[in-house]
Formats: sequence, C-alpha cells, structure tokens
Amino acid sequence: MNFHAIRAIYRTEMARMMRTVVQSIVAPVLSTSLYFVVFGSAIGSRITEIDGVGYGAFIVPGLIMLAIMTESISNSSFAIYFPKFTGTIFELLSAPVSFVEVVIGYVGAAASKSVVIGLIILATAGLFVDLQIAHPFVMLLFLVLISVSFSLFGFILGVWADGWEKLTIVPVLVIMPLTFLGGTFYSISMLPPAWQTISLLNPVVYLVSGFRWAFFENSDVAVAVSFAMVMAFLLVCLFAVYWIFKTGYKIRS
Amino acid sequence: MQPIISVSGLNKAYGDFQALKNIDLEINRGEIFGLLGPNGAGKTTLINIICGIVKKSSGTITVDGFDNAENFRATRSRIGLVPQELPTETFETPYDVCRFSRGLFGKRDNPAHIEKVLRSLSLWDKKDNKIRTLSGGMKRRVLICKALAHEPEVLFLDEPTAGMDVELRQDMWNVVQSLRESGVTVILTTHYIEEAEQLADRVGVINHGEVILVQEKTRLMKEMGKKQLVLHLSDSIAALPSSLDDYHLDLSDDGLELTYHYDTKRDRTGITALLSDLQAVDIRFNDLHTSQSSLEEIFVGLVSKNT
Repeated sequence: MNFHAIRAIYRTEMARMMRTVVQSIVAPVLSTSLYFVVFGSAIGSRITEIDGVGYGAFIVPGLIMLAIMTESISNSSFAIYFPKFTGTIFELLSAPVSFVEVVIGYVGAAASKSVVIGLIILATAGLFVDLQIAHPFVMLLFLVLISVSFSLFGFILGVWADGWEKLTIVPVLVIMPLTFLGGTFYSISMLPPAWQTISLLNPVVYLVSGFRWAFFENSDVAVAVSFAMVMAFLLVCLFAVYWIFKTGYKIRS
Repeated sequence: MQPIISVSGLNKAYGDFQALKNIDLEINRGEIFGLLGPNGAGKTTLINIICGIVKKSSGTITVDGFDNAENFRATRSRIGLVPQELPTETFETPYDVCRFSRGLFGKRDNPAHIEKVLRSLSLWDKKDNKIRTLSGGMKRRVLICKALAHEPEVLFLDEPTAGMDVELRQDMWNVVQSLRESGVTVILTTHYIEEAEQLADRVGVINHGEVILVQEKTRLMKEMGKKQLVLHLSDSIAALPSSLDDYHLDLSDDGLELTYHYDTKRDRTGITALLSDLQAVDIRFNDLHTSQSSLEEIFVGLVSKNT
C-alpha cells in the first residue's frame, strides 16, 4: 500500500477545499440555512409537528442529507474530472498506485468535506431549533457512510463525464429531484397510499429515513432496511470503481 | 550490463490500426537515448505504455528487471515522465505540485530535495506563484521538476524543449547532461534533431510503429553519414570533362563550385585521385572545405526510405 500517495492526494484535495472555502463550505451552509429558514417558516407555520417532532427540527436530517449528497457528488466528480480535463491525470495513471489508494485519497477527501459540511449545518440548525439526537453514533455512521457512498458515486460520474454538462446533469436532473421527492421536507406517510408505494422506489427515501431515525427514533422505513440500502449502494459503487480501474474505462486507452 | 528498460515483442492496436508493431528495444542504464520519429510514428504511444498510461496489446516490458504489468509499483516508482503537452495544475504552486508528485510516487516529504530540483531548473524564486501565472517555458520546467521530485532512475522527456527559446533550451540541455552525470537514464524524444545530436549517446528511429534502427549516435553518423568535399574554382567552367564522370561531381549553376561526395568507410576516398585528375584537365581551385551530413539528414533519409 502506497500510504504516501494517499496522504498526497488527500492533502491536496483538502488544500483545494481550504483555497475555495467560500465555495466549498460557506455556500452549501448558507443555501441549506436558507432552505431551513424559508421552508421552516413558510411550511412550519402551517404544519407544527410531524410524527411528534416539530417541523423545523423534522427537516434538519433531510437538509443535511441534501447537502452532503450534492456536495459529495460535486467534490469527488470535480476532483477526478478536472485532471482529466487538464490532462494532469497522466501523473495519476503513471504513478505506483492502485485503485485502492486513489479511492481512499480522492473519495476520502470528498467524504471528509461532506462530513464537515454536514456537522456545520447541524450546528447551524441548532441555532434555529431545539434539536435532540437520540442516537448520535448511528447518526455519525449514516453521515459517514452516505458521504462515502455518494463521493464514490461522484467519482464514477467524474470518470464517466466527458464534458462539463455531463458532470452537472446527474446531480441536477437525478439527485436533486430524488432528494426533494425522498421525504426531505415531509414524511412519506403523509402521501396518498399509491404515492407512498411509488416513493419506496426512490433510494433517497431510505437514506433520509434512516438518518432521521438516528435523530428522532421514527422513520418511514425500518432503520435496518435503510442501513442495508446504504451498504448495498456503497458496495455497488465500490465495485464500479474497481471495474473502472481494472478495465481502464474512460481513463486508460 | 543488464538494460534498465527492456521491451520485447510489444504491440499496440487501436481497433484495426496497429500503432506499434512488434517493438524490441533495450535502453542501457545511465545513457541518454534519443527516440526519433516523425509525427504519429508511435513514440508517445511507446513511452505511455512503458509508463503505464496506455495498455499494451501484447509483449513484455521490464524496468530494472521488474515486469511493468505484474510489478507495476516497482517499475513506475523508478520512472519519471515529462509529457509532450503542458498539462499543469492551474491554481497550485510549483512547490506544492512537486510535493504532491513526490508523495504520489511513494516517497516521504523531502523539502531539501524539492528545493534542489526547483533551484536546478531556476524555479525556486517562483515556487509560491500560481502555475497559471507562469510562462510556457516555466510550465515545462515545472513538469520536469515534478518528474524529478521522486528521484527517478529513468526519466522520459517527450519533446522537452518544445516552445523554449534558445537560451532556455541550452539550459535544459545542461540539466539533461547533469542528470546523466548523476546516474539517471534519460529517454528523449524530440523534433529538434540537433538536440539528439547534441545529447544522445544512442538513437532509435521509429516510423509507422516500427523501430527501424537503434545505433550509437557517433557510429550511426560515421556509418550512415556521407562526407562531401567542396572545391571553389579559380575560373568558372561551363561543363565537366568526361574524364571526371566516374567521380559523379556536382557543378554549381555559376560554374564556380564543385562538390564531391565520398564515403569515409571505404579504403580509399578518391580525393587524391580526384585532385590529380583535376590538375590534369587544368581545372584550378583557390579554396576547399569538407562537411559531414548531420543527424537530421540521416534521419530524413532513413524515414523517407521506410515510407
């Protein structure tokens, strides 16, 4: 294992975050806070509680989820796409590193940023609402696993993309709608039965539900099912990245 | 002595296009090897396969005795690559990218070595500048610094002086010479044949994906280079007498210059006989000089013969 390479990649990626701290941290925290203020105030004044939880507090896990999913994808896809775009990926391909080191370096850095952002949003939310976390370790576990999974997904996206448009198309046209329809701002039990069933086809429902359970001990689906879904997504992404490096798909001719 | 790089039966196909055809090549430890060839000959493909950037279709490559497919960590850590294009990070600094490269190739941080490399390429005073603010020549030097950051045993320089002015090119040649003196094996591709003539110990010529020649430079120039004797005549002549036909002389348009091509490998060059035959037909000259064909002329001759 080339630990120096992991450290070099991780350090460089984290330095990029610090260079662009406004874009990397302030922007997602601000936009999530705006969601919180607007949705919390506008809808919260009409829906006081969902499943015994104040609406303002209820949407916090969903908002954190929204932020970490989009940030994980954005950070890791950019991290691998930009070297492809500029041509500097030649160095990565000619270095004595396997896919394990590359993934730990790039995905680890992207996931670290997401976890930091998630925790900052959580702290910010604590300023607006009274927030209790029933299972902090489970909350952290979900936070880390989802950050890692979506960072892996972003990495795959960055390898697949051959233009800036493709890089943004999946987050905007797939992830964002799935997140908004995945119970971020509501409980799917509030939907008509047919839509409840349809919602269960949305993988984000399981992620938000499991994460929310860690806060309030209530969820749309069993927490074990949520955990299994996260692990399944993680394994699929890991296998896809392994396959990319084994075959050289879109990176090695 | 075991070659530091050994390529055997290497083939690379892109669909129906055969980019490399059964390449066999050995690079000796510590030499400067000039890899010459016209555009699209396969030079960069060959380098990229050795470095692990492009997958081979078949064949074997060893670096310092290690197979580059089975033991890629051992082979790649020994190699530094300066690519033909200028793919540089935009927002980072020369110091940071060198430190990154060193780590990526499995070496622990060594600020003293990074400083030495940056100083050797006159970039120390630019170490904290954003790379996007540097000139093209400086960016190329940053790439060389990056390639040297992990102290490679083999350095591939793909068109290292492209876009550099004469002074910088001379500096670069000095850097390459000093690398060789420090024991680094340098493989150099270049369009400036003068560069290979100046630097290389051996040259290889590749064309249409095939290595058509590998030879020591001095021997190549001696064996394939032709010499010519130019005589500046005292009086203009309209035509050459038939008694000189065997010499295949070239007469200039103004009738004042005679050129005789001869082969230094032959036992007799024919110069003495020519001079006495000229005297016999009363053709006098007031000056003469000899010249040898350059590596460029030899290269062009080889490639055009192979086309």
